[in-house]
Amino acid sequence: MHLAYPAVLSALLFCTGLYGVLARRNAILVLMSVELMLNAVNLNLVAFDVWLSKAAQETLHSGQALTLFTIAIAAAEIGIGLAIVLAVYRNHGTSDIDRLRDSAEGHESDGPDGNALTAEETGKAEATA
Amino acid sequence: MTVIAATATVAQATAAHATAAHVNAPTAVAGTHGFLSPTGVEIAFLIVGLATFGAALVTVTTRQLVHAALWLVVTLGGLAVEYLLLTAEFIAWVQVLIYVGSVVVLLLFGLMLTKAPIGRSPDADSGNRWAALTVAVAAAAALVWVVVDAFRTTWMDLDGPAAGSTAVTGASLFQNWVLPFEALSVLLLAALVGAIVLSRKAKAEMSSPPVNSRAATGGSPSVPDSRNHPIEGNSPAEQEGAR
Repeated sequence: MHLAYPAVLSALLFCTGLYGVLARRNAILVLMSVELMLNAVNLNLVAFDVWLSKAAQETLHSGQALTLFTIAIAAAEIGIGLAIVLAVYRNHGTSDIDRLRDSAEGHESDGPDGNALTAEETGKAEATA
Repeated sequence: MTVIAATATVAQATAAHATAAHVNAPTAVAGTHGFLSPTGVEIAFLIVGLATFGAALVTVTTRQLVHAALWLVVTLGGLAVEYLLLTAEFIAWVQVLIYVGSVVVLLLFGLMLTKAPIGRSPDADSGNRWAALTVAVAAAAALVWVVVDAFRTTWMDLDGPAAGSTAVTGASLFQNWVLPFEALSVLLLAALVGAIVLSRKAKAEMSSPPVNSRAATGGSPSVPDSRNHPIEGNSPAEQEGAR
């Protein structure tokens, strides 16, 4: 098989995930896009491992081992990420990442009611931490 | 004199032809694979890859959040089929077990626990989607161009014994990769404990301030929580979220 097929598919999937991470607003949809990017990397690893296991004499099958490690780390990441998203949702009532500006610096805190909101959110951040 | 010149020209031409043939030799060897006469595996890979890419596009563009998770199942299942076509069967079944089996279920649980709207949600995409589209298309163009240019004449050999059968993968994993494997199990344990701590600690600290009111209302921790937070009292949906 031509090596360009899995490589191109992997690049396209990665860029799809990149678009999802940048354009989505719900935190869980962002996590889904991160999964897409990780899967694109996995496809690349498997394809190059299959290519090198026939092309090279001695191989460690490092691509497939790294793919398994990536899958396990992705499972850990999705568990931690969902726990964080649920904690944020419990505290803020939203999982909209555009509205999670507690740690934002700059002009947001200089608004007319910016100080009161910042004080509230600081107390809430302390309660979360 | 002219004869010598003519002979030299012929010799040059022959040499040039020989060099050309030498340059073309790898291409000719590679040409036995045939770029325009793809094998059955390539056709299957292409079809499944198109389906996978289409499902991924729907996943990141649909406005119905649950549908995004279900299209993600199609994407991950298509990738499992691609692994099978690449003769990496163990990876394929691990992909089916972990991604399709557990990660998507976790994502669906997360969508339900954060009260994702069932129908179309108009604000699924943020305002910078055109900038995101520009970045993604530019990255895709650059990556595809570089990758195609780099691996234009590279073929994988899928014949013979499978490169990723369970025996091969297991032997390599437990001969050469034992230490990372064990470190990974420690990482999974840490992630498990971390997820438990993240979801327990917030609840414990949220219910700790209103001790008196909890004693007054009879020990249900969630009701004083929603009363204790000034913002969460704004809408009934958020009160339900705190529950």
